Amino acid sequence: MATASKQATVTNETGIHARPATALVQKASQFNCEVFIEKGEKKVNLKSIMGVMALAVRKGETITVSAEGEGAEKAVEELVAFIEGGLHD
Amino acid sequence: MTKLSVQKRGIAASPGIAIGKAFVLRDELPAINRVSISAEQVETELGRLCLGLDKTGEQLRKLRESTAAKMGEEQAKIFDAHLLLLQDPELIGGFEGQIKDSHQNAESAVQDTTEGFAAIFASLDDEYMRERASDIRDIGSRLIKNIAGVNTVSLAEIEEEVVVLAHDLTPSDTAQLNSYVLGFAAEIGGRTSHSAIMARSLDLPAVVGGGTILEVVAEGDLVIVDGFTGDLIINPNDETLRAYTERRDAYLQERETLRQLISAESNTQDGVHIELAANIGTPKDAVKAMENGADAIGLYRTEFLYMDRTEMPTEEEQFEAYRAVAQTMKGRPVIIRTLDIGGDKELPYLQLPHEANPFLGYRAIRLCLDQTDLFKRQLRAILRASAFGELLIMFPMISNLQELRAAKALLHEARQELSDANIAFDSELKVGMMVEIPSAAILADVFAKEVDFFSIGTNDLVQYTLAVDRMNEKIAPLYQPFHPAILRLIKSVADAAKNNGIFAGMCGEMAGDPVAMPLLVGLGLTELSMSAPSILPARKALQQINYAEAKVWAEEALTLATAEEVREFVLSKLGQLTQ
Repeated sequence: MATASKQATVTNETGIHARPATALVQKASQFNCEVFIEKGEKKVNLKSIMGVMALAVRKGETITVSAEGEGAEKAVEELVAFIEGGLHD
Repeated sequence: MTKLSVQKRGIAASPGIAIGKAFVLRDELPAINRVSISAEQVETELGRLCLGLDKTGEQLRKLRESTAAKMGEEQAKIFDAHLLLLQDPELIGGFEGQIKDSHQNAESAVQDTTEGFAAIFASLDDEYMRERASDIRDIGSRLIKNIAGVNTVSLAEIEEEVVVLAHDLTPSDTAQLNSYVLGFAAEIGGRTSHSAIMARSLDLPAVVGGGTILEVVAEGDLVIVDGFTGDLIINPNDETLRAYTERRDAYLQERETLRQLISAESNTQDGVHIELAANIGTPKDAVKAMENGADAIGLYRTEFLYMDRTEMPTEEEQFEAYRAVAQTMKGRPVIIRTLDIGGDKELPYLQLPHEANPFLGYRAIRLCLDQTDLFKRQLRAILRASAFGELLIMFPMISNLQELRAAKALLHEARQELSDANIAFDSELKVGMMVEIPSAAILADVFAKEVDFFSIGTNDLVQYTLAVDRMNEKIAPLYQPFHPAILRLIKSVADAAKNNGIFAGMCGEMAGDPVAMPLLVGLGLTELSMSAPSILPARKALQQINYAEAKVWAEEALTLATAEEVREFVLSKLGQLTQ
């Protein structure tokens, strides 16, 4: 099974929180593969708004985006770009 | 029978006063049938869950639509978050797990799962996250009702004027509020909870976080919601009711008077026009300025574009922001102040050395004249945006003529570069300076020959003239904008402007002070720039000023000895006016 992972640094002011979290989960849900983000010891399903919000990622923190399944590499690339681009915030 | 009067103090969530009969929203869940199911029933329960999820999704999409129509796209976004929650793999996995593994029926599976997640969110050390707990509960109770086939209580059916009292007003509740609702109070919530945000966007007086309300109120009780103080009064006595009715009417009348001034001319009683402008920091603020009837933008603080980031904004980014403001203002003048950084405002990526005296140090124009690449990038962006509206450019912290000339020379270079590249800009762009250093105020007659306008920055002018740090609370009483020395400096600037056919305005806190206004107008300032919400009250104050009279007052104020005397003098004159 295809897998991919890459680090991303969160640039937007509020971190992955509130509206940016919604935007990120919506984006992640467009991919068919399984996607995750990881901060420290915690790893959550990136298609789960609750998981993502509970991770409470703040500005400047580095997280790991990973994916498993069809199109994993593309999903990781696009999601990392989306996060580093400020999550449309 | 007299009913017991009860007073509660919550959090003032949205301004205004609502007085009316109580509509008590007891949105309790139907008693949940907790049933252990057999292995054969698992499929049936999963099917019921699935139907409930579909129906809930459909309702949420409809609510999203009606909210977007009623309150705008921004408010409707909360339902996107709800829809996302409804599809959340963790949440759905939780529901299914309870049914499959714990053999619970669908309703109790939903309740236990949502309550579990809500409790986690509620315990987090972050107000925003705690508020999300109520979203999860909102979704859960909607889902349970849909699975059980129970109708949701509808606020939409209210047909007489009421004040809504509830434990919490969920986003689905607020989306259903109609125009009969005068205001509301909720037992829980804070200033940033959905209920509070919605109340402000619906312009409804509201109190949240009021504590136990539902236990002490009965349907139809008379209630008062004071959205200024956070007070909630149930069954007020006659005297209280009368006082509140008066306050409500006065507030509504005042608001109506101010509203009518949005498109009114900013003229004195005797027809002298004074430009009432707004201070802004972002393109978004310009929209607010327009909503508050601003004649112009008197101060666009561009440093916000540079702050809270890790690198310098590009020319393109700056151009976009300046152009957005120019376009929002639809041809009204916009004074853009070039970067005023240093002092109390630092930029990490510039790595400015720590200074013992930052307010007297390497800041604003001093920094820009030293880092000319940075400065010229901004000048080019401003020039390019000047093709899209009426822009004026203003240099901060000018202390001597060489600085002004150097800044103008760089501006000239930037214009030349754009001309050479055939890029459009306003060739008539006016160039002005802030007067915030006493030397500039004293030499105003000299400066006036080389600029198109002055804008007095009182915050710094007062601090530099009186040698009083405005951040230092210990010496706060010494910070005196009405100090006669300040008045004389303002006069020097206004006179110099007048004698040289240019205009002089003001963009500090003092410009929005209705007590200062007759003096400023009387001294000869023709533009006053303030925070957007101050504009309409200022316009009202201006209309009561007689220019000829204000000139006489200003002359007399200049002869007084202390700030206190000046203030009292103006107050006594204003007092005579209103009598």
